[in-house]
Amino acid sequence: MEHNQKIKEILIEKFKEKVLSVKTDLGDAVVQVEKDAVEEVLEFLKKKPQDYSMLLDLTCVDYTGKKPRFEIVYHVFSLSKNHRLRIKCGVSEKDPEIDSVSGLWRNANWLEREVYDMFGIRFKGHPDLRRLFMYDGFEGYPLRKDYPLRKRQPKIKLRK
Amino acid sequence: MGKIRPIKKYSYYQKTSHGGFIATKPNYAIGWGRKYSIFHYPFITACCGMEYMSAACAHWDFDRFGVGMTTFSPRQSDLLFVVGTITHKEAPVLKTVYEQMVEPKWVIACGACAVSGGIYDNYAVVQGIDKIIPVDVYIPGCPPRPETILNALLKLQDKIQHQKQDLRWNIIKK
Repeated sequence: MEHNQKIKEILIEKFKEKVLSVKTDLGDAVVQVEKDAVEEVLEFLKKKPQDYSMLLDLTCVDYTGKKPRFEIVYHVFSLSKNHRLRIKCGVSEKDPEIDSVSGLWRNANWLEREVYDMFGIRFKGHPDLRRLFMYDGFEGYPLRKDYPLRKRQPKIKLRK
Repeated sequence: MGKIRPIKKYSYYQKTSHGGFIATKPNYAIGWGRKYSIFHYPFITACCGMEYMSAACAHWDFDRFGVGMTTFSPRQSDLLFVVGTITHKEAPVLKTVYEQMVEPKWVIACGACAVSGGIYDNYAVVQGIDKIIPVDVYIPGCPPRPETILNALLKLQDKIQHQKQDLRWNIIKK
């Protein structure tokens, strides 16, 4: 718990108004940051002495109707402190673009491709931003809430 | 013990004092040969594969019914065993594998996903492999028990035995 408090204070002190809100949810510290500061914050966290050297997950949530619509969530983990931290960052529907962190963590490459595939969020500076799961020619982004539930896009002609 | 079973009225087997002979029809005899020499190609994509493995291995052992030969080349197989979820991305692969098999060929759809898409009623999953290739026997269950798989193989053998055999060399005159 003391790590939660400490890292919140460090981030607020370092990034000031770029940190929008801090809270503790389900035992983990959750830090909401500005979109343009996300790469900077994560780089700062990765370096020593913070040492959040492991990116556990990078994903996206679609909050249809809210502004901003999308929220990118980064889960980072410190092996030396045995501590998890969650960084969130809102992305608007009109300009679904955010800085890539694939330069910091190699595994972010495919995680970002997955988010691009499912939600259509572009990552600036990503070395190879292609669809990961769906095939070429697939239209739309299937995990967006406004993707039609029964829409099918077969790759080959179906029988009957 | 030791009782001789009475010969059925329309049996194809006769026994005489000189030895045995069989009176049968070519269609029936070829079906008999085919049903006990099924080479199957397992197309396994998901968790039903575990049940397939247990049915294929020593404990349940579907080699008892003459379906034991597993081939990993579709060109040398008679039975395509589709086990697991087929997505739209994978559909062309399944179709290619089916088209590579030589006639006569049969298909079993094993498990709820292969039969109907199962619980995956979404953008990615084909709602039943019969949307891509023709299917002979459907095995329900999520996953099916090995007994169900064995039953399906017996059903398939029954079908092969009694169907009109596909004879491209035309030895039977119509």
